[in-house]
Amino acid sequence: MRFNNASQNHSKHPLRTLAAITMLLATPLLSQHSLAISPEDRGLEISIEAKTRDIGWGDMATEMTMTLSNKEGQKSVREIRLKSLEQNKDGDKSLTVFDKPRDVKGTAFLSFSHIQDADDQWLFLPALKRVKRISSKNKSGPFMGSEFAFEDLTSFEVEKYHYKYLRDETLDGVDCFVVEQYPTDKNSGYTRRIVWLDKEHYRAQKLDFYDRKNSLLKTLRFEEYNQYLGKYWRAHRSTMNNHQTGKTTVLDYSGYQFKVGLSERDFNKNSLKRAR
Amino acid sequence: MSTRKLNTLTLACLGGATMATPAAAQSEFEVSGRVGYESRIFVNDAIHPGQNNDSNNSIFIEPEFYWNWNNGDDGVIFKPYLRMDEHDSQRSHGDIRELLWVHVAEDWELKAGIGKVFWGVTEFQHLTDVINQTDAVEDVDGEDKLGQQMINLSLVRDWGILDLFLLPGFQERTFTGNHGRLRGPKVVDTNLARYESSAGENHLDAAIRWSHTLGDYDFGVSWFHGTNRDPVLVQQAAVLAPLYEQMDQFGIDLQATKGDWLWKFESIYRDSNSDSFVALQGGFEYTYVGIKDTAMDIGLLLEYGWDSRGDDGSSGTQDDLFLGTRLTLNDIQSTEFLAGIGQDLDHGGYSVLVEASRRMGESWKLSLDARLYDSDNSVEPLYALRKDDTVQITLERYF
Repeated sequence: MRFNNASQNHSKHPLRTLAAITMLLATPLLSQHSLAISPEDRGLEISIEAKTRDIGWGDMATEMTMTLSNKEGQKSVREIRLKSLEQNKDGDKSLTVFDKPRDVKGTAFLSFSHIQDADDQWLFLPALKRVKRISSKNKSGPFMGSEFAFEDLTSFEVEKYHYKYLRDETLDGVDCFVVEQYPTDKNSGYTRRIVWLDKEHYRAQKLDFYDRKNSLLKTLRFEEYNQYLGKYWRAHRSTMNNHQTGKTTVLDYSGYQFKVGLSERDFNKNSLKRAR
Repeated sequence: MSTRKLNTLTLACLGGATMATPAAAQSEFEVSGRVGYESRIFVNDAIHPGQNNDSNNSIFIEPEFYWNWNNGDDGVIFKPYLRMDEHDSQRSHGDIRELLWVHVAEDWELKAGIGKVFWGVTEFQHLTDVINQTDAVEDVDGEDKLGQQMINLSLVRDWGILDLFLLPGFQERTFTGNHGRLRGPKVVDTNLARYESSAGENHLDAAIRWSHTLGDYDFGVSWFHGTNRDPVLVQQAAVLAPLYEQMDQFGIDLQATKGDWLWKFESIYRDSNSDSFVALQGGFEYTYVGIKDTAMDIGLLLEYGWDSRGDDGSSGTQDDLFLGTRLTLNDIQSTEFLAGIGQDLDHGGYSVLVEASRRMGESWKLSLDARLYDSDNSVEPLYALRKDDTVQITLERYF
């Protein structure tokens, strides 16, 4: 099995994004203005705005249930706990602990993500009490046998894609921007993604993933958005459908807590060993 | 969503957070663990006196009890272990793997009780890993360890993690008994154990390790002073008696993580009355992700082991090459295959290991292992196992 950062939608680079805010403030009357700019610039603008709205959450703890189903309806459940710490000048730090399946209980994963460089990742194997530094180059592989790849679960960063605004569209009665994203990382398993962001809060509603052959591979739907600290929106359920295999993975988040007082001491090799 | 609704929601969330804090400050208790059945089939007839079986059945249980309080800053773990073996009375044994209190503070943590510590980076041999005694009756790979009494203060600083250990008390190595397979021609009689120190098994050992991460590099430097976990085996009538000497060991371990490549190196210098030697183990692990656009990964491992003692027989890895491959299907059942070969470059002996494992349902795990040993030269430790090729099935239930 493989592991990765199971966080989503977390800001990583406030300074860079602040520069982007300044840029946005300098372009008032966005909607009118947008008619004049290129689809690429418009796509970038929308993406920066979505990112900007998610800065400053500090630290976070949550629990996640991952339900895997195949075409025949057989199910398998994973239970995971997750802690994240926002960083000022770098990517987030996160600690992921596995409770189920039972044979991997106590396995824990520590990740220091970086925006440009490869992430630093360590795995704790409880049977051997061993901490092992692992390669972070694997982005396209499945997370714990699910339909989520690593790159689907790491935080959204503006720098990870090039953009193209496609159109406005109403999705299940919600007015959305539709933006195409082209991964900049050659290790990505996708040629492109198409995201539906609601116009009111810039929250992802739907994502289509196209594989390396540019065929539609997966669709991710976000539901049950809740707002935390009066600002930060988190989907409590996200459902990934693989169109090519008929398999489905549902993520159910519960017990989101923000600003619970996590600090650097909760994100080192010692805390990884005692994570349980 | 209206402002009023938002405020209500925010309040509800904040309320949830404050409610959770006193609840978490109270104690939590948790029971988990595993129970398993293992069956071994030996391909050849036994060659050593006392051995009289071609197959062996065994059951084991390892529950784990965990309490924590003080918002998780204090915790106690209790993990006993018990194995019952069909033929080998020495392999039927119990151990307290862990009985440990852990206290966590801002930049230090303290552990006291019985625990387990792992040091090192390589896969085929663990030279620097010296704190815990090997539970050698469990498996031939030496990865199973007995619990060790310890007081461990760990300091977390900008310049790394410094671990200080006081190790009061010592566990003798377990050895396969008279009726057990996978042993040498002479049985080691653990009742005859002797110690160099007049304090015997109560000698107070000490150890220190500094470990740190700098960019792509993870490294550790360690020193151990106390009772040598590896006994000298002294012939006494028809059996062998373990002699536990005092030793000093200085160790270093280093891993460079470069993209898909993990470069690993460990080296020790060990000094005791009967011996003074240098050993090293180094190599790489390379992972190829997504074979032909599938979810499968394949890993390749290559390591070389060298020991300055050479041919005197006390080291099994004086000039040895290890090659391994790991196939991970990344499916729902976490199916994995592992194959490895260790080759003695001086004498031509080799051992082969093939392992396959997968989860069954939510709580069961099935493993199938095969081990082959070949040696024509009695100077190799492997020679004693030349007729002990094993097929092993293990079924575990996790709770």
